[in-house]
Amino acid sequence: MSDHGEHGPGHIVPVGVYVLVFLALMAGTALTTWIAYINLGPWNTPVALTIAVCKMLLVVLFFMHVKYATGLTRVVIICGFFWLGIMITLSLSDELTRHWELNPAPWNVILPFIHHLF
Amino acid sequence: MSELAAHGAHAHPPGFAHQFEDMAQQKEAGTLGMWAFLVTEILFFGGMFTAYIIYRSLHLPGFITGSHLLVVKFGAINTAVLICSSLTMALAIRSAQTGKGRGTIIFWLILTMILGATFLGLKFAFEWSKDYAEHIVPGAYFGFQYHPSWGANAPYVQMFMCFYFFMTGLHALHMVVGLGILAVLVGMTAANKFSSQYYTPLEISGLYWHFVDIVWIFLFPLLYLIGGRY
Repeated sequence: MSDHGEHGPGHIVPVGVYVLVFLALMAGTALTTWIAYINLGPWNTPVALTIAVCKMLLVVLFFMHVKYATGLTRVVIICGFFWLGIMITLSLSDELTRHWELNPAPWNVILPFIHHLF
Repeated sequence: MSELAAHGAHAHPPGFAHQFEDMAQQKEAGTLGMWAFLVTEILFFGGMFTAYIIYRSLHLPGFITGSHLLVVKFGAINTAVLICSSLTMALAIRSAQTGKGRGTIIFWLILTMILGATFLGLKFAFEWSKDYAEHIVPGAYFGFQYHPSWGANAPYVQMFMCFYFFMTGLHALHMVVGLGILAVLVGMTAANKFSSQYYTPLEISGLYWHFVDIVWIFLFPLLYLIGGRY
């Protein structure tokens, strides 16, 4: 965590770690681009998203210093992603469990009556 | 400064606000506050991602056709440019932490700005202008009039392009704001506001910059690579 010495309030990440994270992110970008040209059937999107999540974790933990952050900050961040998960999951649970049919739109039902009136 | 003088016995480092116990607590408060803002940003972009996921699941063929209209080369190069800018931003903060001179911090900040501007330049000058020229911008002259092969998928190709322009547009807007923040940071650094004890504006602006980078890390595969390119 933080030390109160002459180095100031934050953890100082070695330059080597930053460069390694940078190289890993570049490799991830090359990998995800390369894999997009290979037919993995239904697995292309899951693989691409897995690589993106790994890249995000690298950025969050090292560039954004969350690896060295306090528990309070970490809880707030985890809450953010948890709420995002709620939004996506509940929206999809509604959308994907509906029985989709080509019902006539309300307007199409009303329209003949309106024509009848005039 | 008179408040500081009143303390007499123990001198505080510049930038220390008196409501805090010490610099570590002050830095944590700043970081926590910035993350609270970034959580709202996660949900702000998250709304668009949720809409994207739902419509993609309903109209996948149209989305794949739309995705193939984009140029992977531009997306991949811009991803690399943004990752470079994240590295230079991290190094700018590190040079403040290790007590390097103003010149070093400003060097990394300016480099970050150049990379950010390169991203926007590629987007405006090459990518979006090409999209306009090819009539794949949603609107009255959208390309489905010229692509009968899209058939019934045409409206969903246009829907994908709507998602593409709104999501990359919102992201680009955040980049423009980020460039403004970086310009302010350059001014603050030049005015000697930061030291190894106090660099909170650099730190939390860095959080913002990296967050915008993360959004692009997800936009790149979701917009440019969906359904594969084989």
